[in-house]
Amino acid sequence: MPPVRYDEVEVGTQIPPRSYQLKRLNLVKYAGASGDFNIIHWNERVAREVGLPNVISHGMLTMAQAGNFVTEWANGDPGAVVELGVRFSKMVPVPDDDEGATVEISGVVAGKLGDGRVKVDLTARSGAEKVLSRSHAVVRLP
Amino acid sequence: MALNPDYIGRVYGPGAPYEVSRVKIAEFADAIGDVSPLCRDREAAIKAGYPDVIAPPTLAIIISMASTKVIQDDPGLGLDYSMVVHGEQQFTHGRPLHAGDVVVATSTVDSIRALGATSMMTTTTDISTVDGEHVCTARSVIVERGK
Repeated sequence: MPPVRYDEVEVGTQIPPRSYQLKRLNLVKYAGASGDFNIIHWNERVAREVGLPNVISHGMLTMAQAGNFVTEWANGDPGAVVELGVRFSKMVPVPDDDEGATVEISGVVAGKLGDGRVKVDLTARSGAEKVLSRSHAVVRLP
Repeated sequence: MALNPDYIGRVYGPGAPYEVSRVKIAEFADAIGDVSPLCRDREAAIKAGYPDVIAPPTLAIIISMASTKVIQDDPGLGLDYSMVVHGEQQFTHGRPLHAGDVVVATSTVDSIRALGATSMMTTTTDISTVDGEHVCTARSVIVERGK
């Protein structure tokens, strides 16, 4: 893929959406790597007892995937992401089956901020629900 | 139970220094599905202009969450952690964290609000190296669902 350059980026450009699959194993790996062992992310019995529909994904895992999405667009450099901000508008229940949940992330170039920095507005959906709203990244481009 | 509003403005930390390691960066990148060689291959990272392998942008949550957990665990705050969901999160990076960084975090309670039986708490965590270089500011909103 040719590099994405600041001078060539246009406001309004859509970044092609990408889908990320979330299975229980992904939640277990994320819990271990991040140290977030909140029981609602791995124990279905307790999740239901506290009124949740199922085990729910770590919001931070969805946010991390939004980070992957903009990193990939920003020429594959995680260090290009200078700001990432999200609002977790709906929970992502992850059933205990072979499919799990799917999160689709999309983005649109919302502004050119100067100094090589571009604002990207981000949305994430899982099924019919918008799971990230009012979310954005600022990335630095060459 | 509503959260105790007396906690607004309280500052916690700096906590114990946290050393960012190559192993943790690679483990975290694997867990989130970040495939960048810059998180795994030191030579590639140096070639790209970094001192060592760099962290994905959300790895800072490990450091900020350890810092805000001290607030959340304070019995006087009155938080029921089993009812907590994450409301909002933002990271602003002065530069990416890289392997070898030794950082400390300081967290401030910005606001506590109640909406019916639901409570929300906003915190800001400053992450700086032990030498005083600011690396990242993390802002977090947690929501305690009402029973």
